[in-house]
Amino acid sequence: MKLPDEPSQPLLLKGGCLLDPASGRHENHDLLLAEGRIKALAPDLHAPDARVLDVSGKWVAPGFIDMHVHLREPGGEDAETIATGTRAAVAGGFTAVAAMPNTSPVNDDQSVTRFMLAQAAREGVARVHPIGCVSKGMSGVELTEMGNQVEAGCVAFSDDGKPVASAQVMRRALEYSSVFGVPIIDHCEEPTLAAEAVMNEGIVSTALGLRGMPDEAEEVMVDRNIRLAGLTGGRVHIAHISTRGAIESVRRGKEAGVRVTAEVTPHHLLLTEEAVRGYDTDFRMNPPLRTEVDRVACVAGLVDGTIDAIATDHAPHAREFKNVEFNAAPNGVIGLESAIPVLMDRLVATGLLAPARLVEALTAAPSRILNLEGQGSLAVDSLADVTVLDPDRPFTVEARRFRSLSRNTPFNGWRCRGSVTFTIVAGHLVHDGRGDLAG
Amino acid sequence: MVDLGDRHLLGTEGLTSEEITLILDTAESMVEIGQREIKKVPTLRGKTVVNFFYEPSTRTRSSFEIAEKRLSADIVNFSASGSSVSKGETLLDTARTLEAMEPTFIVIRHGASGAARFLADRCRASIINAGDGMHEHPTQALLDAFTMRRHKKKLAGLNVAIVGDITHSRVARSNAYLLATMGARVTFCGPATMIPPHVECLGARVELSMEKALEGVDVIMMLRIQRERQSRLALPSLREYTRLYGLDRRRLSLAHPEALIMHPGPINRGVEIADDVADDQRSVILEQVANGVAIRMAVLYLLARNWDAHEAS
Repeated sequence: MKLPDEPSQPLLLKGGCLLDPASGRHENHDLLLAEGRIKALAPDLHAPDARVLDVSGKWVAPGFIDMHVHLREPGGEDAETIATGTRAAVAGGFTAVAAMPNTSPVNDDQSVTRFMLAQAAREGVARVHPIGCVSKGMSGVELTEMGNQVEAGCVAFSDDGKPVASAQVMRRALEYSSVFGVPIIDHCEEPTLAAEAVMNEGIVSTALGLRGMPDEAEEVMVDRNIRLAGLTGGRVHIAHISTRGAIESVRRGKEAGVRVTAEVTPHHLLLTEEAVRGYDTDFRMNPPLRTEVDRVACVAGLVDGTIDAIATDHAPHAREFKNVEFNAAPNGVIGLESAIPVLMDRLVATGLLAPARLVEALTAAPSRILNLEGQGSLAVDSLADVTVLDPDRPFTVEARRFRSLSRNTPFNGWRCRGSVTFTIVAGHLVHDGRGDLAG
Repeated sequence: MVDLGDRHLLGTEGLTSEEITLILDTAESMVEIGQREIKKVPTLRGKTVVNFFYEPSTRTRSSFEIAEKRLSADIVNFSASGSSVSKGETLLDTARTLEAMEPTFIVIRHGASGAARFLADRCRASIINAGDGMHEHPTQALLDAFTMRRHKKKLAGLNVAIVGDITHSRVARSNAYLLATMGARVTFCGPATMIPPHVECLGARVELSMEKALEGVDVIMMLRIQRERQSRLALPSLREYTRLYGLDRRRLSLAHPEALIMHPGPINRGVEIADDVADDQRSVILEQVANGVAIRMAVLYLLARNWDAHEAS
């Protein structure tokens, strides 16, 4: 991370409410950060040499971890870079991101992993955890050198953007990755059922004359993956789950003791296929926006823990690629700078989602899934990565103000109650949201 | 005076029965112009129409062009091949280029669903959708309704069977919306591989058996089987399609004795429609073509009136 060279001055966060699901702590405490670690927490702390941040009335949480982003570097620097993507991350309250490997070249080799980490060290302001490809060239045939890649810093493997089509490749990937204790993250989509689809299959696709993909395209792959995880004892993580049936399968899989976890995106929690009616390509992503039944199931699955984590699937695209006919546009929307305000406003302020569960899904859960030691918790000696939220401060999502290089958000113009006040990485204050214009 | 609510015609979805009736009534007076010795009126004089056809089209394009000429518009024709489009220009840039010529109308035919809406969201001109992907083809549905109304006096209560590849058909969608609004009953018929999911949202019911679908209907609309669009998975063979869903004398006898035989064209004789049925006296396929000119004149006229009112204000 490109952070100030001098050791950070200790930071004392005073008067806030600590929200640390990893320890079950939810109470008013001060928090002292020094030498890149959490030094102390107590009802009333004093540190004469520390810079004091008044966080009274605010929520003090472990730094948020977005376990599914596309940083586009190397190869897609018109849409995003590691520098801009990590700036977008900290502006949105994320202190760490896991970077998907569908770059150019793809991250199927430790040299690419090492390049990404070197870029992050030179130019990044958040922690970057590369995810390696499951298969060489992401072609779904041969496994990558997972051992080398883990040694270089990969925390998981995925051919995200594409499913692992072959059941045999998935079986072997689950077996092989279990040697290193890392999960296989799968974009679950049966490729022939989803061929040429640009949205969910249903009422809206029929009305709009757009090719849809049925829920079953996702569900048959989720079912297959859970069975293969059961067979192998490997760990499978379901990326951006989006259908009621898939969530039901994960629930049953967990009950049966299979090592399966899942994540959900803010857009699948808050939007439905109805949003596609204007053919606006900022609502085109994969998996597509589903129906209200599915959306409600996503919220319920998050609340009851069937879905472990929230991840944005931040997928930047340069404007010229999105400002085209719906059929011709690439899949994907960005999420780093809108996720927290929209979730705070629509799920937390409304009482649908408890604050502690929101924080857990952004901290302890991704840390546990990706084995991120020292992250996702406010325990003493953890890394000094902290996110401070203001549950009352209004915030308007304005794409033109984003730090991201891209603007393809489905939430532009949303007025929210709740926003990020401070983001602290390794004890450094990297984002101060008090200057952001309120909406 | 009644007016169209929108300055574009992007689809029949959302058109009210008053608006549809206005267009059909206006088209009646346009028919009269077509019967004059000098088939030309000055309605669109000084207005420019861009006919922007990304997909090949003979009848729709020439129908629009005749309608525009009869209304004295200045016409510019663009097609995808041999233009900047074939050089990789995006739809957005092409639209901006066309817009710079300050047309009153852009008539667009495009292979992508939503292309007409895409232009409407970004252009000052009135956009007329001449067919966008698998979405809508509103002037076709209007000319079909016009043809039905001329023969059957009213649309409400008519039983209409639309047979063929519903999934890929913009004609089926536009007809279903319009006819449902006007109180007709639409039945879609075809193999299940050609019926889109949740098709009831279009306001039609589904009957997989052609024999049952045709029972007593007032109108049979056959859709062209687009061989190029069919995968082997939707249709094992044309021969089997003809056997199961082709309109022949025997099947025709199941419909109302005075049932109209319609087809948006171009027809595949011997595939979806038998040779002798296409030429039957109940076939109004060529009338549909003739009526297309009157409908397109009516649409241009009514939208121009909106345009003038808008410019004046």
